[in-house]
Amino acid sequence: MLILECPYCGVKADETELAPGYEAHLKRFGPSSSPEEFEAYMFARKNPKGVHFERWRHAYGCGKWFLAARDTATLEVFGTYPAQVGEPPAEIIAKIKAKRPDWKGFK
Amino acid sequence: MKRYSVFAIAREALSYHMGWERAWRSPEPKAEYDAIIVGAGGHGLATAYYLGKNHGIRNVAIIEKGWLGGGNTGRNTTIIRSNYLQDPSAAIYDKALQLYETLSQDLNYNVMFSPRGLLMLAQTHHEVRGYLRTAHANALQGVKTEFIGPEKVKELVPIINLAGPRYPVLGALYQPRGGTARHDAVAWGYARACSAMGMDIIQQCEVTGIRSEGGQVVGIDTTKGPIRTKKLGMVVAGHSGQLAEMAGFRLPIEAVALQALVSEPIKPCMDVVVMANTVHGYMSQSDKGEMVIGGGTDGFNNYTQRGSFHHIEETVRALIETFPMISRLKMLRQWGGIVDMTGDRSPLISKTPLGNCFINCGWGTGGFKAIPGSGWAMAELMAKGEPGPLAEAFNMWRFKEGQFIDESVAAGVAH
Repeated sequence: MLILECPYCGVKADETELAPGYEAHLKRFGPSSSPEEFEAYMFARKNPKGVHFERWRHAYGCGKWFLAARDTATLEVFGTYPAQVGEPPAEIIAKIKAKRPDWKGFK
Repeated sequence: MKRYSVFAIAREALSYHMGWERAWRSPEPKAEYDAIIVGAGGHGLATAYYLGKNHGIRNVAIIEKGWLGGGNTGRNTTIIRSNYLQDPSAAIYDKALQLYETLSQDLNYNVMFSPRGLLMLAQTHHEVRGYLRTAHANALQGVKTEFIGPEKVKELVPIINLAGPRYPVLGALYQPRGGTARHDAVAWGYARACSAMGMDIIQQCEVTGIRSEGGQVVGIDTTKGPIRTKKLGMVVAGHSGQLAEMAGFRLPIEAVALQALVSEPIKPCMDVVVMANTVHGYMSQSDKGEMVIGGGTDGFNNYTQRGSFHHIEETVRALIETFPMISRLKMLRQWGGIVDMTGDRSPLISKTPLGNCFINCGWGTGGFKAIPGSGWAMAELMAKGEPGPLAEAFNMWRFKEGQFIDESVAAGVAH
């Protein structure tokens, strides 16, 4: 069972307590954007086999959205962090690089 | 290829059944092919088969990372139906169902197609309206389905509990032509027929790169060396995203785990397929007597071929409400498969940004039933370079243009 620690309330929540939100750090586009930009934002996905950054909501807890770094091939969780960031924080990146030396980095 | 028949059994009996040949060859890859299919599952093998049969392209290799039929083709709940709401889905799934009806004869391989009938239970008034609409749409599409009342449901499925604690059965969408088939036999039958046409099925060979020149695909790199090709078809449910990345584009797909389970075998008790979509569970009985049960998908990307336990709990709870007699059955096996989920839950059979490279993926939780139709449409696309009427609506540019095929095609369950 997938267990993520909510970075806001500190609860170690299992997945039945959480609502998944899929890929994190998407660039959002507004009403005047082109069809290509909308497609990239709405549908095109990295869907990596390996290190992935995701949105989760502590739905049956504090209700906050947060982000998680996870390996989709092993289900290992590298860490969670608040959602108010444009890209993964340095300490999460360092933690992943220590465990996955081949990882090509966040892009 | 020696034909299988009652005479062949009699003839081989004379030599103590020692004379049967292998069903397919396992050759080393050649340096070049007219077409390469990546993925020797049902869809990939069917694509190769119809490339040879319908379009005369037989210098074909089918490349497989593991063993043939070892992915989702061997991991599904074997249900076949074509009662879809939207015209493009009904067209391709009904083509598949029609091909399934004669597939054993066509392949000279018993795929054990069993058109035992299929029920999709309506357990809310909203669902009743939805299925009435589907039944009317099916009438216009020429797909025979009907909406039946609870008494007829009880007649077809004596073990059902119509007055469930949460959701009473208000009726069902019934497709008498729907049913099941032996999933492994579908892959094996296509593989044998492809091999007989001279195609090379290369197993234990992983694709590591895709070579292109001037925007056209020219070959692939594999763990058994580079292979040149004029056309490339990518038919790899689950890992479509990795292959697309090698080819230099991104797909509207997320890979998630879908689970299924089977019970211990019991005496025959249910001779139709029943899907209960509101409470989320579907069940049929295999020829061995096991109850075959389909579960739900996880809500997160996952490549591990195992899903979360709470989904099994939800599915089993739903089925015990619907079929109280199974409450003391023991479950024998549980497994998961990695399914491609597209943005509109309908598949892709499409050209790609890379020339002469085609993709067939995104079947989500409902790929098995589509295998012959999907192969037929993909073969036409690869042979002609342009999609035929079956594949046209399933192009990957529909997400840019907003022309979604708006139905939960997959298992008909709200995944």
